[in-house]
Amino acid sequence: MDLSLLSEILASTIRLSVPLVLACLAGLWSEKSGIVDIGLEGKMLAAAFAAAASAAYFQSAWIGLIIAIFVSLAVSLIHGYAAINQRGNQVISGVAINMLAAGLTVVLGNTWFKEGGRTPALPETARFMPINLPGADAVSQVPIFGAIAKVVSGHSILTYFTILLVPLTAWALAKTRFGLRLRAVGENPHAVDTAGISVARLRYQAIIIAGILCGIAGSFIATSLSASFVRDMTAGRGFMALAALIFANWRAWPALYTCMLFGFLQAGGNYMQGAHIGSFEIPVQLINMLPYLLPVILLAGFIGKSVPPRASGIPYTKDR
Amino acid sequence: MANPRGELPTWVDVGLIPLLNLLVAMVVAGLVVLIIGENPLAAMWILLKGAVGSLKGWEFLLYYATNFVFTGLAVAVAFHAGLFNIGCEGQAYIAGLGAAIMGLGLEFLPWFIVIPLGIIAAMAFGAFWAWIPGYLQAKRGSHIVITTIMYNFIAASLMVYLIKDYFRPVSRMAVESRDITGAYILNFREIARLYFDVKLPSTPLNLTVFLAIAAAFAVWYLLWRSKLGYEIRAVGANAEAAVYAGIKPARIIMIAMAISGALAGLMAVNEVLGVQHRLLLEFVGGAGFVGIAVALMGRSHPIGIVLSAMLFGLLYQGGTELSFAKPLISRDMIVVIQGLVILFMGALEYAFRPALAKLFVKVED
Repeated sequence: MDLSLLSEILASTIRLSVPLVLACLAGLWSEKSGIVDIGLEGKMLAAAFAAAASAAYFQSAWIGLIIAIFVSLAVSLIHGYAAINQRGNQVISGVAINMLAAGLTVVLGNTWFKEGGRTPALPETARFMPINLPGADAVSQVPIFGAIAKVVSGHSILTYFTILLVPLTAWALAKTRFGLRLRAVGENPHAVDTAGISVARLRYQAIIIAGILCGIAGSFIATSLSASFVRDMTAGRGFMALAALIFANWRAWPALYTCMLFGFLQAGGNYMQGAHIGSFEIPVQLINMLPYLLPVILLAGFIGKSVPPRASGIPYTKDR
Repeated sequence: MANPRGELPTWVDVGLIPLLNLLVAMVVAGLVVLIIGENPLAAMWILLKGAVGSLKGWEFLLYYATNFVFTGLAVAVAFHAGLFNIGCEGQAYIAGLGAAIMGLGLEFLPWFIVIPLGIIAAMAFGAFWAWIPGYLQAKRGSHIVITTIMYNFIAASLMVYLIKDYFRPVSRMAVESRDITGAYILNFREIARLYFDVKLPSTPLNLTVFLAIAAAFAVWYLLWRSKLGYEIRAVGANAEAAVYAGIKPARIIMIAMAISGALAGLMAVNEVLGVQHRLLLEFVGGAGFVGIAVALMGRSHPIGIVLSAMLFGLLYQGGTELSFAKPLISRDMIVVIQGLVILFMGALEYAFRPALAKLFVKVED
């Protein structure tokens, strides 16, 4: 494999990892506070539609981003209301959100744009376009550095922002008072309540962060990775992020690495059509399957161990 | 006080609350129709007429309901064991393999051997695909919700690979198996023509509909009249307490999941042996997820499941007719309604309880 192909695959890996990382961090925040979030997929899908539709209407990717965040937040709050106030089943609420998003985006898109659920193609000015890092062009002809520059440079602003979010999340969860309380509420909400801190408030804060992150993820998918919304365009990324979260054992840095690995599998799958090991042709479907198969193997305890926050998924009822 | 469970009269619990929740879901769906600029009442009328206004409509309704009864029962059996099986979609998909292998491989045998074997194989394949997450939950402690979601995706990739590389004849462009030339399950139109000399409209409704009724009865018998059913419900109610009754929860979890998968697998019998007569990509088409809505709405009871499967059959058939009459209200609207039903009947099922409790429960102290 020559170097330019490799750097092409790696650059594509980064692009494809971004929505996974964002959704995975969203899931991390939510589940650390004790709220299971099966609805990552639905939130991203709703945000992708909102971003593409409003970016087309206002001809601005930034307005698209803001509206996507608001829409994703609204969906998040529905989940929060069901999970926190109503103490409903969080998994069922997530399933409902995924279906609502899958249906509503197409119904509304069809009504507003009359293109069978598609939104109009966005011009480059209404998308998040690649940014060339300073000096990237200068080294493009230098042997090794040129290849590295090709991987690192030429991503959209959202990509660089996402990479910053990983250390920020790791730090906030581990080192801040808010992070400590949040982790406590996911492990033992009764103890947090006894200390006089509102469980509901903390969980809502976590849900809001998750909503914002899914909003950015959706906006990235629709206005950076592609140039319009098409039905079901998140294509299971929300579930893949959920898988990555398990694989990363609910930690921020490992979440980044896992999402990069899954992104690499996605990117590699596109280039590996017809690749062989000896005389055995590797089916592309096997590569597509790996992101879902690996967490199952991990969860089963065959490699390492993965432990979710203890109170995750359990509605909190205040003791009397 | 926070969750006044069991304080309401039974008819409120199993009758009024589900009805109220359904009503709210429908009102919200009506609002969506209003937003896209159509008249919800007119839409409702077209939908009803399309589904129950003609023999053809009824036949389609029952065909859809057949699938939903199977997946609804599958979700319900798992619910009773305290398990949430989101994987019916994948289990039904894999079950298609079993049905297709028998249907395609045993073409030289008479129908009374092929069809039962096809049904058994479909159930076995579905059961196997559900048993793995059951085993992983029971013995290795992985969460069933996550594993069944992952198994849906694994099934999807696996089936593309198998159908594309092993089932597709070289001459076919479409990614699907060749047609079954031997025995298949007769549809109503053929039966009416062969045995009664009556002409019926051309619909996919076939004899599998009776299998659905039998399955509903069998599930009722299993859950409320058999020892195994009692054990399943005991584990679902309180697994730790069940241990003291001599029940092994791990064993029951695996059995309940296998039964759940076998029921989901019957959906493939309807599609592969009854309707398509070949194995296609994505023939399940979301029926596994409809099963969740059906089970929630039917309160996990076979009678409720048959009724709510018919309601969803009505929505699917009526929705198709509606999408022809009003292109803006596409079939995706049904997915919206499904989501609303799951939201209001599942996640928000207790929303009206406090208000109703005030109405019906007399304060004693």
